[in-house]
Amino acid sequence: MAELIETLQKQALSDANNATDLNALDEVRVKYLGKKGLITAQLKQLGQLDPDTRKQAGQQINLLKQALQDLLEARKVELQRAATNEQLASETIDISLPGRATPVGGLHPITRTLRRIESIFIQLGFEVAEGPEIENEYYNFEALNIPEYHPARAMHDTFYFENGKLLRTHTSPVQIRVMEKSQPPFRIIVPGRVYRCDSDMTHTPMFHQVEGLLVDENISMADLMGTLDVFLKAFFERDDLKTRYRPSYFPFTEPSAEVDVQCVKCLGKGCRICKQTGWLEILGSGMVHPEVFKYAGVDSNQYSGYAFGMGVERLAMLRYGVNDIRLYFENDLRFLKQFR
Amino acid sequence: MRFSENWLRELIALPVDHDRLLEQFNLLGLEVDACEPAAPEFSGVLVAEIIELEKHPDADRLRVCKVDAGQGELLQIVCGASNAVAGMKAPLALVGAVLPGDIKINKGKLRGVESFGMLCSEAELGLAEKSAGLLALPGNAPVGTDIREYLDLNDHIIEIDLTPNRGDCLSMIGLARECAAANGLVLSPPTIKPVRASIKDTLPVKLEATQACPRYCGRVIRNIDPAAKTPWWMVEKLRRGGIRAIHPVVDITNFVMLELGQPMHGFDLRKLKGGIHVRMAEQGESLTLLDGVEIKLNAESLVIADQQQALALAGVMGGADSGVENDTCDIFFESAYFAPAVIMGRARQFGLHTDSSHRFERGVDPDLQRRAIERATGLLLEIAGGEAGPVIDIKEAAAIPVKPVVWLRAGEIKRLLGCNFAAKEVESILKSTGCTIKGGKGSWQVQPPSYRFDLNIEADMIEELARLRGYDRIPRRLPAFIPRHPQASEFRQSVERITSILLDNGYQEVVTYSFIDPALQRLIDPDAQPLQLRNPISADLSVMRSSLIGSLLNTLVYNINRQQKQLKLFETGSRYCPDGQDVIEERLLAGLCYGPRLAEGWQADAAAVDFYDIKGDVERLLAVGEGIGDIRYVSETHAALHPGQSARIYRGQQPIGWLGAIHPSIVKQLDLGTAAFVFELELCRLLSATPPVFSPISRFPSIRRDFSFEVDETVRWEEVQDCIQKVAPETLTEVRLFDVYSGKGVTPGRKSFAIGLILQEISRTLTDVEIESATSEILVALTENLGVTLRE
Repeated sequence: MAELIETLQKQALSDANNATDLNALDEVRVKYLGKKGLITAQLKQLGQLDPDTRKQAGQQINLLKQALQDLLEARKVELQRAATNEQLASETIDISLPGRATPVGGLHPITRTLRRIESIFIQLGFEVAEGPEIENEYYNFEALNIPEYHPARAMHDTFYFENGKLLRTHTSPVQIRVMEKSQPPFRIIVPGRVYRCDSDMTHTPMFHQVEGLLVDENISMADLMGTLDVFLKAFFERDDLKTRYRPSYFPFTEPSAEVDVQCVKCLGKGCRICKQTGWLEILGSGMVHPEVFKYAGVDSNQYSGYAFGMGVERLAMLRYGVNDIRLYFENDLRFLKQFR
Repeated sequence: MRFSENWLRELIALPVDHDRLLEQFNLLGLEVDACEPAAPEFSGVLVAEIIELEKHPDADRLRVCKVDAGQGELLQIVCGASNAVAGMKAPLALVGAVLPGDIKINKGKLRGVESFGMLCSEAELGLAEKSAGLLALPGNAPVGTDIREYLDLNDHIIEIDLTPNRGDCLSMIGLARECAAANGLVLSPPTIKPVRASIKDTLPVKLEATQACPRYCGRVIRNIDPAAKTPWWMVEKLRRGGIRAIHPVVDITNFVMLELGQPMHGFDLRKLKGGIHVRMAEQGESLTLLDGVEIKLNAESLVIADQQQALALAGVMGGADSGVENDTCDIFFESAYFAPAVIMGRARQFGLHTDSSHRFERGVDPDLQRRAIERATGLLLEIAGGEAGPVIDIKEAAAIPVKPVVWLRAGEIKRLLGCNFAAKEVESILKSTGCTIKGGKGSWQVQPPSYRFDLNIEADMIEELARLRGYDRIPRRLPAFIPRHPQASEFRQSVERITSILLDNGYQEVVTYSFIDPALQRLIDPDAQPLQLRNPISADLSVMRSSLIGSLLNTLVYNINRQQKQLKLFETGSRYCPDGQDVIEERLLAGLCYGPRLAEGWQADAAAVDFYDIKGDVERLLAVGEGIGDIRYVSETHAALHPGQSARIYRGQQPIGWLGAIHPSIVKQLDLGTAAFVFELELCRLLSATPPVFSPISRFPSIRRDFSFEVDETVRWEEVQDCIQKVAPETLTEVRLFDVYSGKGVTPGRKSFAIGLILQEISRTLTDVEIESATSEILVALTENLGVTLRE
């Protein structure tokens, strides 16, 4: 009996070890431990044995059953892992191949710059105002204290239409439109397209400006310079950015100031971008001229205010290192894609 | 304004070096535009005299000179210049000299004759573009002196870009005044000695347009030496001022203009018939100007005329027939004041811009004319001799501008600048600018000088204070800000949100010109009457667009020509539509797609985009606003679009835009190769929104029933949808179209739709009976109204 069981054990354990997949392993289980299995058959025969042999054989068979069950379990885990590994291996792909290419969109650098400018001024309490691009002489010149034939008009090469209207040469007419509609305080910026009859290396017939206007009681040059300092530092993300204010002339402001920033390329040492001066001329500004207030119906004894205007293309050129203004309007994808 | 720095330093002893001077100009608001050396680098060139001169034995064109350069012995120099003569003084580059362009002078042999240096022309010293012959120096030039020193070449030419309000700085005296004020100096103006008349000759001068010309000074000068040469110091000052010397009389008037700021004119006295009339021109009167161009004058042109005809366009340019010539012996000097308003724009009207008109339109000191004519007379007599008549000085005092007295208050200074100025500072600054001041104790009456056309109101005075103290010494602070009612409306959608949908769908934003080629405009929108620019920059940018589609197609073509094969573009911009005398500007959002749906790749779906791609993009845009529910796509025709693949988009009854394939004939005309799809929406229609309102979600499962049926080819999906909606119970939550098919297995002339009806009740699970009744009602309606037949 004992010999028989020993042979059975050898055979069973060997079968379990030799099973190569989960199905074969299950066949082994059925063969030995199933209802008609070889071990089950042995257990069934125990009753025919004498008590002493039965006890001994019973123990022996139970040990065999236990050993086989343990082995089957272990083999099952092993084979499952192998099966998984095989699946994983067969499903392995070249992860270095590129993904499905849907194009990536991007904002035009001018819009991107406009949005940054707007966001900075909105945080300073300004609101965005807009106005028409097709203007008349009154709003574009006269109400801004630029009389006909004044040399300052020569600074604005204007596009005219047959009906006498014109394409605005700056965003400043919106100052008048906003002021004549209500009463101070005004705290606005005006982004938009402007047009000048000029086309060469450094000029395009259309470009963008952001106008700013703040009118309230006791607004001074100090407020103007403080605001622009904060703006320029935020725009160029340089807290130590130096600014320089130079007296200038605009018919619609008095006093007027041209604003320079320390060259953002060479940090003031002098380079090609700043023509070796260390400074970059960046915007025009000043205190709103009393004549302009008169045209707009604001009492200049009660209120004072400042205004400024900046060229968006220039700011974007300096920020991103763009070297030719014409690139903005050629809309070459190879250029635009650099601004995602 | 271009000028010699050394000339400025002759007028005022400046305590600042070159770099600081430039900085001072910038901080005074006189922007330095450029600065260059008065002459290029060179060395080793001396004043020399040709003592002897003989022909070169072996060369016809060369001469062998014995030259004295103060070196103790005469130097032998071979020279090819035709103007070389014995006794002439000219610059000599010694052996070892380095000329502009790094040209080194060595001992050389020219056709066998040794030469110990080179006699130089202006061009060789970098003082002129080209020159004929040697630079002839005056007979009194000291031999042996370094030429740089003799011609004062260690100098800078400074160019200042003056703002139009600072006409007073268009002269050396004006600049010197500014420098004096900036450095706390007092400028003593050069004394101009009146030249006593030695003859009695005058001309009658009549001012017939006194508002335009309220003051006219003139002077007859006779018997000048026509052979006289303009001295070197003047030639060089003019050159550094950007003016070429041409004739002593002209040079002197130019010199006085640069020095004092008074444009002058010199007439040839022979050519004046009778007296001088300053009058408005006759309409259509003609005048040939100094540059040979004949202009037709109009009633707004101010002219200087004699009894017979117009001689000069006043303040702009002299006439060809009355100017000085090489044999002129008798002249008439003019030094007048013309009102800026009369000169402004006039020169430009005739396409002219002269040094004279530039100054008069900005304002010339009305108190300067007599001094200027005395200065010019003095110079002329010194240079060319002659006898001067008395100064003719005709005035219409009432028309001469008088500077207003300006009231200046300390409180206003503080209000506009944000800081205080001590009374002493106010007074000293304003005095330094030439103002006279009365009052004190917080308010002053200020009388600006006659040459400051820009000082008229209190704010002007305040700018002077800030300017001369220095803008860098005004404090900086952030203005106080009281927040208004904060706003975060959910009834409005931001443009940023809308454009982000396009960006996320792979659209690249472009910014294109608002003006467009009229031919393209006609192609896109033939019915529009676009606004035409009177003075376009070019023909292809001459009309204002009435649609963005043309601009997007332009951009597409530009990029196709640069090997781009797949494009998705969008722009937000205006269209401009004339409306009677007005123009309506409407902001649009337009997009374009072209080429394969996915970029070319190893596994790409190479299929090209089609109508439903761009429609999907438009649906996404419209989904974030008020909801897609009441949007309808209606077949209407648009000149730029394919009639069978385009739709007008409505929200309710309101048309809000277009969508579709570009018309095949345009595709062909623009050589696009394959179809392009566009949309154009009125941006403002996309910006309205409603705040979301919660509705409860059912906890019970939804039921789906799928049907597949045939309808006639002509029946549109929209009709099926509408038919279902009419009879659908509230429990129908969604109709899903999951297949559209025609071909094998479907009756010819018919097509098949496969739909899923999704039903759900909020408070319970639907029964089979309810589902059956709902779906069969829908199918009956479809059968009855649209002739639908169910497929097996």
